[in-house]
Amino acid sequence: MAKPIIELENVKREFIVGEEVVRALRGVSFTITENEFVTIMGTSGSGKSTLLNLLGCLDTPTSGEYKLDGIPVRSMSKNQRAGMRMRKIGFVFQNYNLLAKTTAVENVELPLMYNPRVSATERRARAVEALKAVGLGDRLMHKSNQMSGGQMQRVAIARALVNNPAVILADEATGNLDTRTSFEILTLFQRLHAEGRTIIFVTHNPEIAQYSSRNIVLKDGRIKEDTINNNILSAAETLASLPVQNDD
Amino acid sequence: MNFANLFKIALRAIAGNKLRAFLTMLGIIIGVASVITMLAIGQGSKRSIQAQISEMGSNMIMIHPGGDRRGGVRQNSADMQTLKLEDYESIKSEAQLLSAVSPSVNSSGQMIRGNHNTPTTIYGISEDHLTIRQLEIQDGEMFSEQEVKTAAKVCLLGKTVIDELFPNGEDPVGKVVRFNSIPFTVVGTLVPKGYNSMGQDQDNIVLAPYTSVMKRILAITHLQGINASAIKEELTDKAIEEVTAILRRNHKLAEGQADNFRIRSQQELSEMMNSTTDMMTVLLGCVAGISLIVGGIGIMNIMYVSVTERTKEIGLRMSVGARGIDILSQFLIEAILISITGGIIGVLVGAGCSYLVKILAAWPVYIQLWSVVLSFVVCTVTGIFFGWYPAKKAADLDPIEAIRYE
Repeated sequence: MAKPIIELENVKREFIVGEEVVRALRGVSFTITENEFVTIMGTSGSGKSTLLNLLGCLDTPTSGEYKLDGIPVRSMSKNQRAGMRMRKIGFVFQNYNLLAKTTAVENVELPLMYNPRVSATERRARAVEALKAVGLGDRLMHKSNQMSGGQMQRVAIARALVNNPAVILADEATGNLDTRTSFEILTLFQRLHAEGRTIIFVTHNPEIAQYSSRNIVLKDGRIKEDTINNNILSAAETLASLPVQNDD
Repeated sequence: MNFANLFKIALRAIAGNKLRAFLTMLGIIIGVASVITMLAIGQGSKRSIQAQISEMGSNMIMIHPGGDRRGGVRQNSADMQTLKLEDYESIKSEAQLLSAVSPSVNSSGQMIRGNHNTPTTIYGISEDHLTIRQLEIQDGEMFSEQEVKTAAKVCLLGKTVIDELFPNGEDPVGKVVRFNSIPFTVVGTLVPKGYNSMGQDQDNIVLAPYTSVMKRILAITHLQGINASAIKEELTDKAIEEVTAILRRNHKLAEGQADNFRIRSQQELSEMMNSTTDMMTVLLGCVAGISLIVGGIGIMNIMYVSVTERTKEIGLRMSVGARGIDILSQFLIEAILISITGGIIGVLVGAGCSYLVKILAAWPVYIQLWSVVLSFVVCTVTGIFFGWYPAKKAADLDPIEAIRYE
């Protein structure tokens, strides 16, 4: 049995909007073990953003238990959750969220800046290593506004990798990219998966589910489907089969 | 959280938006520069007035006879004879807080040499007078103690007198001049002092031993006054008390009996002058202080706007593990760095402006260390004070909303 990274036990999350109680999650339970590549899908309003916030320790469940890497999160204080984000989670966002006018390597260093245990030398070395891992070893000193969308997303992925997290949370990570670049990023995710990383990829694009090892579909705050994908497509192959773009 | 890292984060954030940082700084620069320049002008004029006062002899204490009544009629102090030579001797030998004491008698008259003559005043004094009035010998030398004892007919001349009596530029030293027909040998000349702030010519004087003036010119045995110098300006009041005690004892005044002498110091004059210039300094300081506050509000504005503008960045920082306190510290350090850098530039600009005022307007300026320290402290405090609210606002942001803020 592989080590469980994420354990959700009947997690509910309710918001009070005015007089009304909005039930975003109505009891969700699942376990994600090490080295799974899980896509979480659902239409808007299905609760996938709320779930992502909970998984990312940005929010706490109203009831139920959430354990990240064996550590219960629900009773944690704000600062403790910040610590969890620093050590256990790597975020990748749809719109990259890089610091403007900042070099790639400084962007990647960011999570380590908040970790007093990492020295400046180690920080720089790890950032460079992470950038090399995403294929940007030659663009360390490029500023965020001098890069393409795909490159920026690679920097963001490097930033998510740099603290060696238990899980990488990607929120529509290919949503802003064209098809070709999307598959490049997807190839990168598959490679990371192959290297043993645990990845959760939240998306509304059903196509992406074909490239993950497991697919969870949410609807109205409940799990509608939870399927293991035994026929994982290779993003690299799809990328190769794409017609070469002939921009005039 | 590592402070060095936070510092680096803040520094990178400032470097990432240099124009914004500079515009924020501008308010502080102008504020600090005006505080420094205004205070420098205020201090400069105060100093120049103080210098004029001390030209008349700083720490000076003047003792005059007075307070005597004859049948209910108050007498002109110069006519009274309550100050005696013994008083001078007692003060000279007993007073601890005085650095110099000299009797003072004077007489106006005509100074004659050959077919030249000029009206002037001859002052009978002792050697200490030079120290008290801050006079210096230009040529020749001061008369000796022996010459004081023997009431020798020797004198020192001021420049105005020399110009009148020796129009051809001869050396007056060793020449004989006459004061009201009494011949005096010139033993030295005085360094010119020019006019004082009251418009009096300080060079139209003749100095002679007090004994000579008392015996040979005035034929009196009392003193018209005694001048003295306190050891330090701050000790002037103490010195006055000391002299008062000696004189009251000498004059055998019973307790409750009024003094029959008056003691004045330059302090009263200097206090009056200072109060005027202090008021000016305060006024200028207020004007400058207001501009510093405006600069501070500028910082708050920009920091506040920048929190909104950087909401997403804050969200990102939080998502990678920054705690509220880290965000707060970052924004606060940014505000303080901006204000301190602005402060340093402001000090330099202020010094430059003061220098320009000195060169172009020829106003006396003087930059005091405390005004630099003050404006520096004020801008740091401004940075903390006006940086706090936006920083707190940033720290309190909800990471979920911040990260998705558009």
